[in-house]
Amino acid sequence: MHPVRKKRIVTISVILVVLATAIGLVMYALSQNINLFYSPTQVEAGEAPQGVTLRAGGMVVENSVERASDSLNVAFLVTDYKHSLRIEYKGILPDLFREGQGIVAQGKLDERGVLIASEVLAKHDEEYMPPEVSAALEQSKAQ
Amino acid sequence: MMMLPEIGHYALILAMMFALALAVLPMVGYLQRNAILLVTAKPLTYLMATLTCTSFVILAIAFAQDDFSILYVSQHSNSLLPIWYKISAVWGGHEGSLLLWITILCIWAATLAYKSDSLPNSTGPVVLSVLGIVATGFLAFILFTSSPFIRLLPDTPADGVDLNPLLQDIGLIVHPPMLYMGYVGFSVAFAFAIAALITGNLNASWARWARPWTNVSWAFLTLGIALGSWWAYYELGWGGWWFWDPVENASLMPWLAGTALIHSLAVTEKRGVFKSWTVLLAIFTFSLSLLGTFLVRSGVLTSVHAFAADPTRGVFILALLVLIIGSSLLLYALRASQVKSQVSFGLTGRESWLLINNILLTILTLTVLLGTLYPLIFDALNLGKISVGAPYFNAVFSPIALLLIVFMGIAPLSKWHNTKGALLWRASALPAVLAVSLSAFVFTFHSFDWYMWLSFAIALWLFFMCVRDWLDKVLSKRQSIWTRARKLPRHYYGMQLAHLGVAVSLVGVIFVSLNSTEAVVRMAPGERVMVGDYEFEFLGTRHVEGPNYTADTAVINVYQDGQSVAQMLPQKRLYQARRQMMTEAALNPGFTRDLYISLGEPLDNGAWGVRIYIKSFVRWIWLGGILMMAGGLLAAWDKRYRRKTGA
Repeated sequence: MHPVRKKRIVTISVILVVLATAIGLVMYALSQNINLFYSPTQVEAGEAPQGVTLRAGGMVVENSVERASDSLNVAFLVTDYKHSLRIEYKGILPDLFREGQGIVAQGKLDERGVLIASEVLAKHDEEYMPPEVSAALEQSKAQ
Repeated sequence: MMMLPEIGHYALILAMMFALALAVLPMVGYLQRNAILLVTAKPLTYLMATLTCTSFVILAIAFAQDDFSILYVSQHSNSLLPIWYKISAVWGGHEGSLLLWITILCIWAATLAYKSDSLPNSTGPVVLSVLGIVATGFLAFILFTSSPFIRLLPDTPADGVDLNPLLQDIGLIVHPPMLYMGYVGFSVAFAFAIAALITGNLNASWARWARPWTNVSWAFLTLGIALGSWWAYYELGWGGWWFWDPVENASLMPWLAGTALIHSLAVTEKRGVFKSWTVLLAIFTFSLSLLGTFLVRSGVLTSVHAFAADPTRGVFILALLVLIIGSSLLLYALRASQVKSQVSFGLTGRESWLLINNILLTILTLTVLLGTLYPLIFDALNLGKISVGAPYFNAVFSPIALLLIVFMGIAPLSKWHNTKGALLWRASALPAVLAVSLSAFVFTFHSFDWYMWLSFAIALWLFFMCVRDWLDKVLSKRQSIWTRARKLPRHYYGMQLAHLGVAVSLVGVIFVSLNSTEAVVRMAPGERVMVGDYEFEFLGTRHVEGPNYTADTAVINVYQDGQSVAQMLPQKRLYQARRQMMTEAALNPGFTRDLYISLGEPLDNGAWGVRIYIKSFVRWIWLGGILMMAGGLLAAWDKRYRRKTGA
């Protein structure tokens, strides 16, 4: 074979192999690590799977925050004004967590339909509303 | 000076007129071979830059003087705000940060105009004209959708809403300007590439002109990202240094593409290969900068950085983005096919190693791009709202990055055109054995984790290979080490420094994830808790009054082996103007470990939720970033760029 052509074939096949590996890795990692967002109404309707990492959120219900006196356990309700969802979390809540504000939590649903959160999302700005939450609110208003 | 803001607004309008003239006149001059139109490029650039800077300074003065009749000032400042935060509040919101963006673009353009005498007659004006096109788009964006000079008359508020407390920090003063210097600086490489396509002068010379500019922007972007990471680390109170947040990814993507660009520019300049690829990469790098601006400013993605955003602005930037990227790619498609390179190179030549560098960096960029945009694609297809978690990025990014670093060790040893394979084997055998065994030795003190062990071995490998290469070049029987070391060019030291920076950062990344300890505890006054080797004693809290906030300061004594190490004072602040709570973490930095305490919420009986971290080697991550930046600057200041290249 012509040496130039041979080199070209080697170069292209190296690129293809690396690319294929990367794409395989990426698709696998993506399929494992996407977290779907569910509104409280969707959770109530049983659309959200149990034991899978997902995101849920809504407005924090006034007077719903319960703190344990001897640990950092905290529980609260979020609502989309149709249904509400109980979220339990162990740890320190972000500074801007407040009753009456929109929040997003990431975690897994247990058999009681309670979201055991591993993370409650912080944000930088009081006026900011997570886009998922505002979409969920609009959806529940439209129904 | 009641009229000052109007003058600022007017200056901005004039600046846009000059930018438009700059976009049109020299270009027409080039196409019609009209020398008079060509020479307008420099004065037009200076006028545009002066007016934009004037408008920026006027906005800063309005902030300094608490002119709350301006909507933007009243939303982002307060009379109680310390003066240095008032000035940095200029870029604390959407309008002002765009004004900073365009001001920095103008500074780059003016610097380029000042240096453009060394370029051939028609190239300089065309390059400036391309920058004029970009400037016109962004100035129009500011003027039509986000002017910072809108007045609140006659209902002027008595006081401002205040700057978001998260932004009242040294981080805001330094991070955005550095980041933008890098982001926007890539517009110069982009302009050179587009000018090369327009003039058809796609030989190696454009690469030589673009190289120092690309290096400097890359250095700024590196520093900007490192500063952002450091800021997030201490300000957000979670002790993380990278969150794979969409906004962070937005700055990482141009950095990755820019890193690839620096290397492919080197190949194009030295060997005249990869010509059309380098042009494409320059277009992609700046496009990713624009995409980053879009992602940050449009608020389409859920992000810890997301601020309340106006969707019409997002549409405008998106349109600008599509227009700039689309027309560049069209031009590329029309012109790049004419490029042919006649030079061939061997499989082990330096060209091949740098090709691997470019392939891997491009793949890294694409994986980050995919992970960042996937939620948008998913949503657009109506499949539901998702987020892509950090595990995706860690799983995909780190193996490819490690592979890249393995090659980073070998490539500098190779020669252009062709290298003997046996030579490379011989040179890398000893460093490889040393790295693997030293890493194994270190891990006898740790629980064994093969991935971490491998990563550490790769960091050591890179270090040894850098040292080896340097020794190879300076050791000689005839001359002393220092005579030879001084003779090595600056760009070589720049490269070595940047590569060592990668090794240093990698060590930091490995140990921070391997060896860090974290505890979230409830602490009552007088209570003690052991975390790692350290004992923390909570003495209680005291009340503190700041200039524009009140705070509870917790007093925590730290002991190691019964010896007092430090007294740490984390705070929980309440900013009055916005009634907003803020956590100020207390840090005890060290070369091999940071102690990090942040306060949670007050619980009953004077107890508090307290978060305590011990972070191993976390400083090394940013130290590596500083080394990389220094390397980039050193390479840009190489003597051979000083020579006039002539017409």
